[in-house]
Amino acid sequence: MNQKCLRSQHRSQDNFGRRVKGRLLMGGLKDAGHLFRFLGLFVIAFLVFWVIRGYVVPKSFGEYGHYRGAAIGEIAAHPVKFAGHQACEQCHTDIADTKTKGAHAHVNCEACHGAIFQRLPAAAAPPANLYQRLLAFAGLQMPADPPLVSHADDPMSVKPVKPDSAVLCARCHTASAAKPKGFPQVDPAEHSSGVPCATCHNPHSPVIGSDSGTTTKAGGAK
Amino acid sequence: MKISRRQLLILLPAAAVAWKHVLAGTPEDSPNYKMSDHWWGMLIDIPKCIGCGNCVRACQTENDVPDGFFRTWVERYHRSDYHLETPEVISPDGGKEGFPSVKEGEEGKFFFVPKMCNHCTDSPCTQVCPVGATFVTPDGVVLIDPKYCLGCAYCVQACPYGCRYIHPTKKVADKCTLCYHRITKGLTTACCEACPTGARQLVDLKNPNDPIHEFLKTHTVQILKPQMATGAKAFYNGLDGSVR
Amino acid sequence: MSGVEGYMYPNEVTLYWSVLIVLYPYITGLVAGAFILASLVRVFRVQAVAPTYRLALLTALSFLLVAPLPLQFHLGHPERSPEMYFTPHSTSAMAMFGYVYLWYLMAVLVFEIWLDYRREIVLLSQRSKGLLRVIYKIMTLGSNNISPHAQHIDEKVGWIVTLVGIPSAFLLHGYVGFIFGSIKANPWWSSPLMPVVFIFSAMVSGIAAVMLIYMATTKMRKQTIDIRCVDTIAMYMFYIFVIDFSLEMLDLVHRIYEADESFRSLNFMVHTKLFFSQIVLQICLGTLLPLVLLFLTQITKFTEIVRKRIYVFCSSMILIGVFAMRWNVVIGGQLFSKSFLGYTTYKVDLVTKEGLLVAIGLEILPLLFLWALIKLLPPWPEQAKHETALGH
Repeated sequence: MNQKCLRSQHRSQDNFGRRVKGRLLMGGLKDAGHLFRFLGLFVIAFLVFWVIRGYVVPKSFGEYGHYRGAAIGEIAAHPVKFAGHQACEQCHTDIADTKTKGAHAHVNCEACHGAIFQRLPAAAAPPANLYQRLLAFAGLQMPADPPLVSHADDPMSVKPVKPDSAVLCARCHTASAAKPKGFPQVDPAEHSSGVPCATCHNPHSPVIGSDSGTTTKAGGAK
Repeated sequence: MKISRRQLLILLPAAAVAWKHVLAGTPEDSPNYKMSDHWWGMLIDIPKCIGCGNCVRACQTENDVPDGFFRTWVERYHRSDYHLETPEVISPDGGKEGFPSVKEGEEGKFFFVPKMCNHCTDSPCTQVCPVGATFVTPDGVVLIDPKYCLGCAYCVQACPYGCRYIHPTKKVADKCTLCYHRITKGLTTACCEACPTGARQLVDLKNPNDPIHEFLKTHTVQILKPQMATGAKAFYNGLDGSVR
Repeated sequence: MSGVEGYMYPNEVTLYWSVLIVLYPYITGLVAGAFILASLVRVFRVQAVAPTYRLALLTALSFLLVAPLPLQFHLGHPERSPEMYFTPHSTSAMAMFGYVYLWYLMAVLVFEIWLDYRREIVLLSQRSKGLLRVIYKIMTLGSNNISPHAQHIDEKVGWIVTLVGIPSAFLLHGYVGFIFGSIKANPWWSSPLMPVVFIFSAMVSGIAAVMLIYMATTKMRKQTIDIRCVDTIAMYMFYIFVIDFSLEMLDLVHRIYEADESFRSLNFMVHTKLFFSQIVLQICLGTLLPLVLLFLTQITKFTEIVRKRIYVFCSSMILIGVFAMRWNVVIGGQLFSKSFLGYTTYKVDLVTKEGLLVAIGLEILPLLFLWALIKLLPPWPEQAKHETALGH
């Protein structure tokens, strides 16, 4: 048998496959039993994998594409913080009236006053047990957020910001060569020498003299 | 608009049904929002941007964006007349608190460029995700599934626009979602809501009444890095050639 | 922003792929290279390097067992990594990792080692005591058939496995090159040459590693190093290195010649941020120096002592140089801005999950595994002969 082994090494590659099969069949598959045991490991592993996969893959996976379809809904269910100017205008109709006639007509309320929904600091939560603290340390547990409360629902305890005009107005209206030429902009020091903007300008209709109801042209830096 | 009592009786239950679906986390089931009716994008009008940073702050508030990372940011370009291909760019803290003033008479041109996820149709980021944690929705928004993401950061490397990051505490990839939780409820994005000059506007290409269709006919519009062939849907009006 | 020169997109300032992502291709490269050396014996019948055959396989296995660890330390949610098995995304090169790794581990390496060692395993299972006996018994899979015909079958099947193993090794390491090479957003990475350069530098590093381990373990066992063996290894290493060098030069020359929009930024980066790791470590010390020295050994007849010293020196330089190459690719690709207007800095942490200590630990761990494997499955020929004498 050893002679034949040596000779087979000199055969061409084409004959090799046939030789191996020939050997196996001639010698009996019993001598290849260990190979089938090794193969058996793969078969068992594959079956275990397939069973586990059936349980573990989320049910909505593949619904719209190669992703978890339920994720779309979960993301869409995130809480909203800025309600939009219509929400403010339902109650603050007087301000809304002033604004629509002025230069800030298209500046939304929350752009200056911040979001209508705010997170109030949570009441003292019970101390986390060791398991929860371990999860947090490992970054596996996302901390729970305090609940959102809307100013519309609880106007007394949740108040939007009344911005400091010296800071807020300056952010948009401080003169800079980078800003578009037609945009109203001033050098705050020259313009008002430190006097807060709200002293002369009504923030809801900032062109001086416009909040009496008469319409004026938008723009015009002074 | 005057609504008759009869109309109100019909409208309210329909709205209530939709809201129920939205709250349950399956807005695609709500009769009022059908994903296949929409194809979202954004229009950014460069000549209108004043670099106030309202959009960056509003996005951070709306989406709990961690400090040091940005779902949207504003860049200020200084394009010198002599070095068109190498502008000077700054983005102090993403432009969140605005920008320092530029004196009149400086050489060259200064302008602001808001940046964000471009919600690409052929997005390279969704192509490389090994498990399917980031994807393009049927209504054209690129989203990340935070419950499925491994945090491998391959998508972050694949984005040509630098709009992705790994959330420092959640350890998953994160980026602009086009305020998906707002646009599916009929609201606009937080950045558009906060923009005082209308430089940012949400766009629904499948809506025949959307002003974008008229705008695209009458203006010259570009996308960022067109050579990457990403099918970006953030359209820039008046984008200078020096913008990177 | 600290560490930033010029302009980086705000989200680009932190590096997301750390030194562990440098380590991963380095380790799989060593696996692929060690396997190629083993295949030189089995498939290409280069008998001269036969003394390193089993050692090369065990080295490959030790490194392969450690290979997933840098990735697990890097992932934000390593507990979700089975998702790559359950829902791999067919358009992602990274998704292949799970299956290619498993295939290479079980259907190539473990299978081949098992087939080659089966006789010893069966004999040791009969002669050992206690826990070792249990281990060996499990490894026999319940079959004690070591008849000449069974062994003949083992040899033939092992030959096929090695043959299949060569493209598998290329796939195991080449796909990593493709992970980088297919990213159009990053001009430092995006290149069709990337997988090929990775594979050839992997082969060089793997062969160098096995040569060093062979020489070290032989010395530790107070045996004589088979000089014909290391001469032949060095010769193959030299020729493959020439191909690797040519490919890397091609990439470099092509970049400099075409000088596309990214060139100015990348060129500046190479000359400043990457000067030490690329010019000094990778090119001069890691490539040119060993190439010249190996070339000299091919054309001049040095004495054995001198040759052995040169081989040890060159192998060490190559291992450092190939690590530097992985560093330059991974870290370098994140140091410059995709706006081509700026650069950031990589600060390697020391004790964090992705820090230097973990990286060093993961480099040492394969050697510990190798030590254990050598104890369990001795690769030394004289010991094997000894077993034969006893067993038969």
